[in-house]
Amino acid sequence: MSALSSRARSERKLGWMLCAPAVTVMLLVTAYPVGYALWLSLQRYDLRFPEDREFVGLRNYGAVLGNELWWQDLVNTLVITAVSVVIELVLGFALAFVMHRAIVGRGLVRSAVLVPYGIITVVAAFAWRFAFDPTTGFVNGLANVEQSWFTERWSSYLVIILAEVWKTTPFMSLLLLAGFTLVPDDVVRAARVDGASPAVRLRKVIIPLMKPAILVALLFRTLDAFRIFDTVFVMTRGAQGTENVSILGYKTLIGRLNLGLGSAVSVLIFVCVVIIAVLFVKGFGANLAQQRGEDL
Amino acid sequence: MIRTPVLRLGLVAVLAVGAVACGGGEEGGVPVVRWYARDEAGEVFGAAIEDCNAAAEGRYRIELVPLPANADEQREQLVRRLAAEDADIDLMNMDVPWTAEFANAGWIRPWPDDRVEAATEGRLATSVETATYDDTLYGIPLNANAQLLWYRSDLAEEAPATWDAMLAEADDLEAAGEPHVIWEQGQRYEGLVVWFTSLLASAGGTILDEEGTRVTLEPEPTRRALEVMRAYSRSPHAPPALATAQEDQGRQGWEGGDAAFMVNYGFVWPSANELAPDIAATMAWGPFPSVEPDVPSKVAIGGFNIGIGAHGDHPDLAVEAATCLAGEDNQARNATDAGLLPVTEALYDDPAVAEAEKGGTPLFPYAAAMKEALSTAVLRPRTPYYNDVSLAIISILHPTAEIDPEAAVERLRTAIAAALKGEGLL
Repeated sequence: MSALSSRARSERKLGWMLCAPAVTVMLLVTAYPVGYALWLSLQRYDLRFPEDREFVGLRNYGAVLGNELWWQDLVNTLVITAVSVVIELVLGFALAFVMHRAIVGRGLVRSAVLVPYGIITVVAAFAWRFAFDPTTGFVNGLANVEQSWFTERWSSYLVIILAEVWKTTPFMSLLLLAGFTLVPDDVVRAARVDGASPAVRLRKVIIPLMKPAILVALLFRTLDAFRIFDTVFVMTRGAQGTENVSILGYKTLIGRLNLGLGSAVSVLIFVCVVIIAVLFVKGFGANLAQQRGEDL
Repeated sequence: MIRTPVLRLGLVAVLAVGAVACGGGEEGGVPVVRWYARDEAGEVFGAAIEDCNAAAEGRYRIELVPLPANADEQREQLVRRLAAEDADIDLMNMDVPWTAEFANAGWIRPWPDDRVEAATEGRLATSVETATYDDTLYGIPLNANAQLLWYRSDLAEEAPATWDAMLAEADDLEAAGEPHVIWEQGQRYEGLVVWFTSLLASAGGTILDEEGTRVTLEPEPTRRALEVMRAYSRSPHAPPALATAQEDQGRQGWEGGDAAFMVNYGFVWPSANELAPDIAATMAWGPFPSVEPDVPSKVAIGGFNIGIGAHGDHPDLAVEAATCLAGEDNQARNATDAGLLPVTEALYDDPAVAEAEKGGTPLFPYAAAMKEALSTAVLRPRTPYYNDVSLAIISILHPTAEIDPEAAVERLRTAIAAALKGEGLL
């Protein structure tokens, strides 16, 4: 580590210079708004009462964290996140396997799988909402049931999670497909020669080798799912106990124009996202570094 | 500096869009007055604009900037622009409960003193009141709105006087194997506040005091109103999808023929005549059912006022334009062509409105009942924190079948008190 050759050092310098423009842009478009939100979150600031603006320190955070609604919405968000990501992982793995192994019509299979991901989330959410609407939808007729899907909690969650899974499983499978290419064929063949059954090969050879890709896929999707907004907004607007933290932030910021309180909610969402990222990277071991070691 | 043609093209496009966006306010020397509104069915506002532009004889030209259909989305778009001091908004259609919020924040201009008379004379007192904040007029009433009880005359002889009577009648209809559903709006949205306000007022209660600064919610009337909501919502006569029902779900269900009663606005009449003539032939109407047998009901007033943007470039022309747009001719057309209720009282007795027909179907046969309902109508809470108060009410009352009347009175009281301070999450 300590003694870098001069070539390595100059390469590192070049690397920094090459990414400098991107870093600058990132700082401008993300660091500034994040910093501004932090600053706003420390103030009493309601656009409807601009003259009442004052610095209140952490009081907004106290108001949010001391409110049962925040915790309720956080639990709702975590439920949607956990359930949909687990289903997506299983389905995505299966789809990635099919895409990986498809011999005929590979291009067709891959494009077909990717179609839902290409649809705008709001449009997809409306399509699902209309499909499940008791008067205009086809789902009740098809399943031969009389169900008002968005009037009960369990069924609202069911439709929201189904729509999420349908929409983002392709993304998961795409990332996992990249993982499959990390598994060298000869290793799998060697395991087969050694008498490992398909299940054992999957568990002991393929999954461990794919672990970095699985981690990345899970991390990306968990962060995305935690920030779910469109689907819930379109389907229930947060009714039937489906309100999540993003809807809460939206209501406070856009509906009530309470920039102080709303920014505190946004910053707390940001903190949750950071915690999730750290948990993933720490909790699942140093796989990212390991992967780099293998690649180099 | 910019090397690729694509980037250069992009920059040109951005600059061009910017130039167009900045070029408003005047076209060919004629000042343009922009009116942010949702054009109602029949595009009646377009016709009103044409007439007013002709009458202006080149002094100004009104242009409609369309807003979304949903009132919440309209408000979101307007307040975002107004808070950013957007000079593009000369005129805007304001839903009646927004006046206090907009006026208090300084987003709209007080109506000029010398034009107040023209904006209020002959108009429904309650409508004028919705446009007033702090004893100052902040807009010109354009249309009113109120709910009636619609019922099937082949199933009920007359409109039931109370909710309890209506539920009892529905019980009998169900037992006789007749259509017995009662439609209300139970979705988690503004319609729930309208329903609650009407019930509470009919039971003799209020949400806020006169000044709009303190929670009143008298325990007995509030409990009674909540009991009615709960009893109906849990009865077999509430549609299964009550928790997501808005006005239009009610209309669809009604036209489907399984309902005997429906609380809804006037738009259901032309719709039923067009889409379900058999049902329309049996349709009758009466006042919103009351809570107590001997106390007449009161409904929450709806409708729109036209306000003047605080940062618009032509406030004087805007007042003139708004006065024309909300004039009697335009109100009459809005009523007959789009079902928007007039605010000028005399129009309810004007044969051109009250007896208008289209293809042999009367357009406005319920004019007298509406006028009656509007004459005793009540306002939703008048406070700059209206949006917060509304959120607090909605979140506690939804779903209406789960209301615990005793506990909900206290919860409402606490939540609305917090909302009036602009504190806490809602």
